[in-house]
Amino acid sequence: MNNKTLSRRQFVTGVTMGAAALAINPSILFAGMRNNITTLTGNTFNLSIGEQSVNFTGTTRQATTVNNSLPAPLLRLKEGEMITLHVKNNLKESTSIHWHGLILPSEMDGVPDISNDFHGIDPGQTFTYRFKAKQSGTYWYHSHSGYQEQTGLYGSIVIDPIDKDPFEYDKDYVVMLSDWTDEDPNDVYANLKKLSDYYNRGERTHSDLMNDIREKGVSGTWNSRKMWNQMRMSQRDLSDVTGYTYTYLTNGHTPDKGWVGLFNKGEKIRLRFINGSAMTFFDVRIPGLKMTVVAADGNNVQPVNVDEFRIGVSETYDVIVEPKDDMAYTIFAQDIARSGYARGTLTPNVSMTAEVPELDKVPNLTHTDMGMDMSNMAGMDHGSMDMGGKPSAGMDHSKMNMGQKPMAGMDNSKMNMSGGKKMSTMDSMVTHADTEFGPHVDMRSASPQYRLDDPGVGLRNNGRKVLTYADLRNLHMTHNYPDPDREVQLHLMGNMMRYMWSINGVKFSKAEPLRFKMGEVVRITLVNDTMMNHPMHLHGLWSDLETGDNMYIPRKHTVIVQPGAKISYRVIVDAKGSWAYHCHLLYHMAGMFRQVIVA
Amino acid sequence: MKLLTITLASYSIALSSLSFASMEDDPVLTKVMGEVEMRSTNGDNPRVWNIDAWVGQDLNKLWIKAEGERVGSNTEQSELQLLYSKAVAPFWDLQFGVKKDFNPKPSRNWGVIAAKGLAPYLFEIDASLFIGESGQSAVRLDAEYEYMLSQKLIISPEIEINIFGKDDELTGTGKGLSTVEAGLRLRYEITREFAPYIGINWEKKYGNTADFSATEGENIEDTQLVVGVRFWF
Repeated sequence: MNNKTLSRRQFVTGVTMGAAALAINPSILFAGMRNNITTLTGNTFNLSIGEQSVNFTGTTRQATTVNNSLPAPLLRLKEGEMITLHVKNNLKESTSIHWHGLILPSEMDGVPDISNDFHGIDPGQTFTYRFKAKQSGTYWYHSHSGYQEQTGLYGSIVIDPIDKDPFEYDKDYVVMLSDWTDEDPNDVYANLKKLSDYYNRGERTHSDLMNDIREKGVSGTWNSRKMWNQMRMSQRDLSDVTGYTYTYLTNGHTPDKGWVGLFNKGEKIRLRFINGSAMTFFDVRIPGLKMTVVAADGNNVQPVNVDEFRIGVSETYDVIVEPKDDMAYTIFAQDIARSGYARGTLTPNVSMTAEVPELDKVPNLTHTDMGMDMSNMAGMDHGSMDMGGKPSAGMDHSKMNMGQKPMAGMDNSKMNMSGGKKMSTMDSMVTHADTEFGPHVDMRSASPQYRLDDPGVGLRNNGRKVLTYADLRNLHMTHNYPDPDREVQLHLMGNMMRYMWSINGVKFSKAEPLRFKMGEVVRITLVNDTMMNHPMHLHGLWSDLETGDNMYIPRKHTVIVQPGAKISYRVIVDAKGSWAYHCHLLYHMAGMFRQVIVA
Repeated sequence: MKLLTITLASYSIALSSLSFASMEDDPVLTKVMGEVEMRSTNGDNPRVWNIDAWVGQDLNKLWIKAEGERVGSNTEQSELQLLYSKAVAPFWDLQFGVKKDFNPKPSRNWGVIAAKGLAPYLFEIDASLFIGESGQSAVRLDAEYEYMLSQKLIISPEIEINIFGKDDELTGTGKGLSTVEAGLRLRYEITREFAPYIGINWEKKYGNTADFSATEGENIEDTQLVVGVRFWF
């Protein structure tokens, strides 16, 4: 209990500091002005959404903020309480707030024209959200209107549990990672449509070619690049929007100074990482400290010690660190494309800082990321595979096998890829519908694998212990988990060059809703037929991830589907209403989106 | 005109498509991209432009291609294409419409069918079939490749081949292989949208086209240094 009193005091300090900062400078929020996030506690909140001048880069821009704060205030709630939030819209356009990861009635979920009876909050209007905090842990909230999330409308939620936390800590900090651009998000989207590699300044160049030739020889280099060249894909297509335009923020602080968290030697610090970015996957580490991951997406997991973890857009991870020395440590969160980083410092003394590591080398996507089953291809002559001119034919291995032939034999070999773990449920057959062919789709994974123990591109064999989904085990046993009644397979698709995104080749505006029956258990299998990670977020219902260990199924609200991979999770359909289900990359969302109706 | 109506109709349908939020997955956008350059020869230096512009959405666009050359105060060559561009494959658009050659005189009108896109190994291709008046026909093949020396310094070889079905003496066009043009340009992307370049351009006329030129006292083959800017917005 003592621990919690301490941690509360920490947050109270945050409130006063935030208030003081606002009193000093009400007009412009400068980077690095405030040390802690503004915190609001209790069960009734007044949130005012408005425009606010900010300056992160040397140029003043308008941001969309809550109570003049970027990030929006931390809301500290108590599990079991009825929460009331009066949200006033002072913008000239419609707005909304979605409480990301919170289990609540559809009417309170805050997605305009999707959530029941909710059509956004008009200018000048106040909407009152009212729901019970049914859960505890680290969550966040953000606008679900237009691009307001990119322009600053995101904040953290901490729900303190009724029962004591199953782990101890002395300090408690939210670390909200985000991406800021001075550009109008509409222009960012237009740039991507006109030139999809607009923000990619990490393409391979002449010097990479020379290095490759030195290492592999001319023919080796040709062969290793052949398929990519034939398919017109870039092995450096890691992130659509990068540090070319983004400034990465930690709790609203630019990396030059960064956010600072204080500790006393020997204390245990709980860091609640939230990825509130529009488009950025971060790889997070604290050189010199082991991190013990204790919760994922707000839900407690069995502690796992790591050096580094990848946090997808809208995921949260709680970690505990225990600095033994009187020295400073850098929280280093580099973006997946290695184009920049967000930075924080844990230090016993504000005057002490730690060295900031170099960005890792820009990685290349591999055949695995293209969904090629390397185990099936062992012994095959790679170079002789004729994919020239008709990539779809080459990639459509699975379609050719589609004629209702059982694929059991193949699937067994695939299963062995995911670390030798056995799924209890039958592996699903990957087939492609007619809608998945055409100018809007540039690839289909040949044989997507479960890659739960794959840390992902850029993190493989990097000498550090990197968290994978296979490491996530629910703190509580899930042996009574009901078996799925049925399976829904969805394909995440797109055409990178045309910058078009869809599910099953059908974009949201042309799609029928997915219909779930109240009370059923649905197994969703997502197949990624693109070259990038997609963080898929299902509103209103939990995504219970099949990691291979059915005794301890971890519970998430957002699930990363790696390029060329597939992943399955179970959904207990226990909440009626209309829900959003989408890729949380902001510029993919308009297309890669479905309405889910539970009746 | 019919094409234009169809295109505009499809825009208005798409514009009303999205209900949630104010996010449009497929907004109507415009893009103008071009290269304008000066070529050095004996005598007046030709100024050459090559401009593409489109307005449209992901899969359907109205596409304009303009190119030409001015020497001194004379427009030696100029043409304009107005096309409907429809995505037919992940990396390919099929384009059809009309072309007018304003210069050299007399002007000529053509119907156009073109395939524009990205071929395997990342070659940018624009292949056009032109159907002219009184049985004339022509084929133009344009291919370009980009090689990145660094993230901003890019060298791009390019080749254009023109073939005609019949002689057209008035415009100095000969049957069969008519002209081949090859260039190598080195550009520096100050921004994504603006890149000055230097390069060389080689041009040769063949067959009857060469003969017509020779009669007029023009060069049949020419190699020129070029300096220009590549831009888009």
